[in-house]
Amino acid sequence: MSFELPEEMQLLKETVRRYVDSEMIPIELKTCDGVTLKPEFRKKFDADSKKLGLWLMDVPEEFGGQGMGVLATVVVTEQIARTTALPSRGGTFTGPSVRAILYELSDDMKERYLYPVIRGEKHGCFGQTEPDAGSDPGSMRTTAVREGDEYVINGVKRFITGAGEADFIQLMVATDREKGSHGGITCFIVDMDTPGVALTTQYETMMGDKPWEIVFEDVRVPAGHRVGAEGEGFTLGQRWLGAGRLRHGARALGVAERCIEMMTSYAKQRVTFGQTLSDRQAIQWMIADSFVELHAARLMVYHAAAKADSGEEFRQEGYMSKYYADEMAFRVADRCMQVHGGIALTTDLPIERFWRQARSYRITEGASEVMKMVIARNILRTYG
Amino acid sequence: MKILVAVKRVIDANIKVRVRHDGSGVETANVKMAMNPFCEIAVEEAVRMAEEGIADEVVLVSAGPGPAKETLRTGLAMGADRAIHIVTEETLEPLAVAKLLAAVAAREDPGMILLGKQAIDDDCNQTGQMLAALLGWSQGTFASKITIDGDTITVTREVDDGLETVALTRPAVVTTDLRLNEPRYATLPNIMKAKKKSIDPLTPDELGVDITPRLEVLRVTDPPAREAGIKLDTAAELVDKLVNEAGVL
Repeated sequence: MSFELPEEMQLLKETVRRYVDSEMIPIELKTCDGVTLKPEFRKKFDADSKKLGLWLMDVPEEFGGQGMGVLATVVVTEQIARTTALPSRGGTFTGPSVRAILYELSDDMKERYLYPVIRGEKHGCFGQTEPDAGSDPGSMRTTAVREGDEYVINGVKRFITGAGEADFIQLMVATDREKGSHGGITCFIVDMDTPGVALTTQYETMMGDKPWEIVFEDVRVPAGHRVGAEGEGFTLGQRWLGAGRLRHGARALGVAERCIEMMTSYAKQRVTFGQTLSDRQAIQWMIADSFVELHAARLMVYHAAAKADSGEEFRQEGYMSKYYADEMAFRVADRCMQVHGGIALTTDLPIERFWRQARSYRITEGASEVMKMVIARNILRTYG
Repeated sequence: MKILVAVKRVIDANIKVRVRHDGSGVETANVKMAMNPFCEIAVEEAVRMAEEGIADEVVLVSAGPGPAKETLRTGLAMGADRAIHIVTEETLEPLAVAKLLAAVAAREDPGMILLGKQAIDDDCNQTGQMLAALLGWSQGTFASKITIDGDTITVTREVDDGLETVALTRPAVVTTDLRLNEPRYATLPNIMKAKKKSIDPLTPDELGVDITPRLEVLRVTDPPAREAGIKLDTAAELVDKLVNEAGVL
């Protein structure tokens, strides 16, 4: 039983780590306007990603990508997360974020949506959350009703990241509210310029990104824009979110590792009352706890990723990884802030940004409590 | 032309080196290791020559225990074609390494052997020179530029009083200095390709080389901690101290 990364993954980790250390961390405080990557840095990072051969690494080979597995994505995501050079949301390093659901489209729809996304010509966003249905998609109220060759969509989606720049939305709606998440949810691709789609409110968030509320009023969509069969939406969504949860875990590892690097280096330099902080037990314990927790989280995330790559069922490991790693990253970022004291509250250091991001991870894409609820449900089903 | 590149696994340049408590050497257990930076420059130069069509094969060679394979794999991921791993647990001195490389050169018949000018662990700066002497080949050390024209290898050397240019006749031994090039990042496709490239194991016995150490390390100590400086009021005081205390004037 080996707990080490395979040799090639180790090499990948080293190469990306080196890139992050020399090309991203030195400029990390000036790459973004708020949370938008400045165009000149977008250009640089895209070119660098191609130079490193990371471009479209997770896109299947049949669609022009490299078909690398989940573990490779986790390894790269972990290293890129060690810097705030890229915004934490909507700023991937390995090319356009291609949502797995697009691979399920019919050939004609692939030409219109999947390939343009891969080429960077079109952008999509994902719409599931509603004012009264966040972690409980079964209770969503946005509906699609079939009328001849079309569906008519009505409802409201909230906190949709990237909706302002999106050409289309991958929209989850109820086609049978009775059934809810058990066969009542269907996925559609809806062009944002379809009559009846309106961006209404934009929210300001502590992480800096500005998600939208979108209203759908008698929006008519051709039946061919349905992804999969009617009622299959939740299953398809789960498949996409499954791998996404591991990405969450990987991001948390990177944030925690960098925070540990920063807090140890600062603790050794900073002298108060004639002693370095690193000589004080209170600080040592923060460092020790952080390191132990990071180690545990890394084993969990890598294990889940390896399981996913070998085709085994990894959902429970995915929930556990997201829950544990996201909670861990926030504790570590918080300790890092505490060790640094006042300077960590300023924007002269990336710590406050890591802290705000890590805080948000505990809520987005499945809050920790929801993860625990699902984990417990699986345990109760298995034992006793 | 075939290029043979020697690479060494050393403690990562970014790691703070610690002396073992018993003074027998530096701590390498549980310490991050990497390819010696000067060797990386040598690999980069060889791969560039292959890309330009000057070299038709780049063969890496490293001597050391099992994990030296990881270092070879890094070089393969940078673009080298294949690798030779001389497996040994023995402590290797520069002369032993030079003899091993000479034996490999006899088998491989390269047009040029590229090495880093020195390794950042022992800073010996001897292996390349010894290798050239053992083989009876020309040598160009501390290269900051290498150009090849037919059988002539022109090497610009970084020496104390400037740049010296020497013309060598193939086959030759060239050692690399810091400013020769900037090594590339291994790309993901090349990392995946490197997985399939061969690393052939050899032993010093198979090469007929006696690697018994000739030197005995008495002790290894930390460099003395730097003492705080003092401020002087006049230039005369400074001259006085340089003459009477430091004894340098």
